[in-house]
Amino acid sequence: MTLYDDLRSMADTEHEKERRYGYCLRVCTAAACVSQHSDSIKKAFDAEVKARGLDEQIQVKGVGCMGLCAAGPLVMIDPVRDNTLGPTLYEKVTVEDVPEIVDALAQKQVVERLERKMDIPFFQRQVRIVLENSGIIDPENVDDYIAADGYQAFSHALTSMSPADVVKEITASGLRGRGGGGYPTGLKWSTVAKASGDVKYVICNADEGDPGAFMDRSVLESDPHRVLEGMCIAAYAIGASKGYVYVRAEYPLAIDRLKTALKQAKRKNLLGHSILNTEFDFDIEIRLGAGAFVCGEETALMASVEGRRGQPRPRPPYPSDHGLWGKPTLVNNVESYANVATILRKGADWFAGIGTEKSKGTKVFALAGQIENTGLIEVPMGVTLREIVYDIGGGTPQGTELKAIQTGGPSGGCIPADLIDLPVDYESLVKAGSFMGSGGMIIIDNTADMVNVAKYFMDFCKSESCGKCIPCRVGTAHMYNLIDKIDRGQATHADLDLLLSLCDLVANTSLCGLGKASPNAILSTLRVFRNEYEAKLLDGHVGAQPEAK
Amino acid sequence: MTAPTRSHIKTLKIDGKDYSGHEEETILDIARQNDLFLPTLCQIDGLSVAGACRLCLVEVKTWNNRLVPACTTHVEEGIEVLTHSERIDNYRRMILELLFSEGNHVCAVCVSNGNCELQALAQKLGMDHVRFPNLRPVRVVDMTHDRFVLDRNRCVLCARCVRVCDEIEGAHTWDITGRGIDARIISDLDTPWGSSDTCTRCGKCVNIYPVGALVEKGSAIGEMVKHHDFLEYIAEMREARE
Repeated sequence: MTLYDDLRSMADTEHEKERRYGYCLRVCTAAACVSQHSDSIKKAFDAEVKARGLDEQIQVKGVGCMGLCAAGPLVMIDPVRDNTLGPTLYEKVTVEDVPEIVDALAQKQVVERLERKMDIPFFQRQVRIVLENSGIIDPENVDDYIAADGYQAFSHALTSMSPADVVKEITASGLRGRGGGGYPTGLKWSTVAKASGDVKYVICNADEGDPGAFMDRSVLESDPHRVLEGMCIAAYAIGASKGYVYVRAEYPLAIDRLKTALKQAKRKNLLGHSILNTEFDFDIEIRLGAGAFVCGEETALMASVEGRRGQPRPRPPYPSDHGLWGKPTLVNNVESYANVATILRKGADWFAGIGTEKSKGTKVFALAGQIENTGLIEVPMGVTLREIVYDIGGGTPQGTELKAIQTGGPSGGCIPADLIDLPVDYESLVKAGSFMGSGGMIIIDNTADMVNVAKYFMDFCKSESCGKCIPCRVGTAHMYNLIDKIDRGQATHADLDLLLSLCDLVANTSLCGLGKASPNAILSTLRVFRNEYEAKLLDGHVGAQPEAK
Repeated sequence: MTAPTRSHIKTLKIDGKDYSGHEEETILDIARQNDLFLPTLCQIDGLSVAGACRLCLVEVKTWNNRLVPACTTHVEEGIEVLTHSERIDNYRRMILELLFSEGNHVCAVCVSNGNCELQALAQKLGMDHVRFPNLRPVRVVDMTHDRFVLDRNRCVLCARCVRVCDEIEGAHTWDITGRGIDARIISDLDTPWGSSDTCTRCGKCVNIYPVGALVEKGSAIGEMVKHHDFLEYIAEMREARE
């Protein structure tokens, strides 16, 4: 019997105990709900259940994100042995509601005033791979993860697959980088695997910084072991013995959960020396970002991990042959790693069967802005924006009219409402003048002023420029000043032309992706909403101006 | 005897003409060997490359007309490089405009007037006006050192000083703090230069700095020493004539 089977049977024994409960009461303990005191709610449930002597019948469990953050704090009651009551979801729960909910549960009834029906598209239309355990397992309990087939893929890879087989499987799955660029993950892995050198590194980029994006935070808070397992498999595939998770310090809860997960994984010998009785050694350390958006760029990220100023450097050389401390390094995003274990477990063909021809699998999106169901969703690649915004997202609130959808963070752009039937995949979004990005999706309704939206993103790029190259350092400052001048109604066409030539310069001559993409917010809004710009110009005439060159 | 497996020498085209280079060499190396002019500011022979000023950007036709910095891009077989075109020249002039609009680059009141790489580049590339209002970020002048002055308002953030101090002198007195338009050069942990424990007073940073941000004390003041003796002399001679 291998060591993994031991781990598994221990986890299953734990799970066996759980099956004796009548109901499992899950309280969301991810950041959005915690910010509304779901931690006190969980404590109140613990106390209430115990006080009534129901702790043999009801299991209270802290779990990760259930997705519908707008309705938080969320509490889910699932039948385990007792089937009288079906799965029930409670929304906007407060500490005061706790006795009533426990009362009702004891009498096998539902508190109707708090119930959120689950037969809505938000829950039914999602396909969950990355989020399969989110909201179900306890993120602070490794046994919960193992009992949900966790670390099985890693163990299988270690004992029955060669590193080359693992790379082949990931390549065959068609997985592409979920950080935004969409670079084929298998190709990246094989490049690092082939790079010469005994010392190699694996880095997980968890420096999520796009405004309105919270996918990676949620994955780390809800299912941290899934990310660690993906990194372990990657390390085995490329021959690395050391890994780093670079996570921004603004995510304290995610960092706590990661730390707990690392400790547990080490204790179970899933990390460290001779992992699972094989010859494979691998360890992971956490590095905290110090609040610089540009550190999400891989060369800046590596400089920061090395303890230097987080500034990008020109590529090539790419991290795959000259990365951390000059060694070959694999850098992938949280969500990319989170797909890996499931791909190995269910097979590349299964994964490649989901999504479109060129974009395989699913994508997690954070819905924010003017939308009914603010929260986290996972959908197959290729679904249309309409399905995301109207069916899953529930449309704009108070029936305002949809104006645009901003994707890809400050590097992305605004997709106008008339492209609502656009399928969401890497190529289609680029064609529409935006970018997949890491998954932030900001819904903009007709109450928004698009010049102001562009100004917001320009301000962001200006403040986050590292200052190393001249076009981005000085160019973004002038671009912000010019769009601010337009927004204040003090600019003329000459200012707009100057702004456009700056956009051209900065996009083509900046050193890294931050600078190169910084004009996107202006260019994408100007293309479709030029009349809003015109209306603010001193010499502008609404709708009469020809398109910009 | 083993047969050679691959060549380290690459042939490439620059502005339509054929050149050859070793794979370790950059496009800038080849251009300089052959007296082809490429503007540079952050690059200086002897220090590591930064790729920061973007003035040496060249267009590589064979890479979808992508612009790459000549100082960091190694030669590759068969690439076709363009060092000048209307587009590139415009970009270069505009980058200079941005620099001039960033701080105090008024030549008439600068100690480096006539000995300034930024001024020379502007003349050479024909940047004769600046379309942007001056940003004037608040930048502190450090005169605490007994021999040198740092005027951050004249700094172009080429980081030559940071690199020479770290790579050649081995002191690493200089570094950069802040970001974007607020980025600035600091000595040690942002303490006055004059009280620096690490500065060896070698003056290397001052000597390789392209503009008038780092200067020797007295280079401005020295020229301003008043010579009064002429008056005494003239007065004496006039008196003698009377």
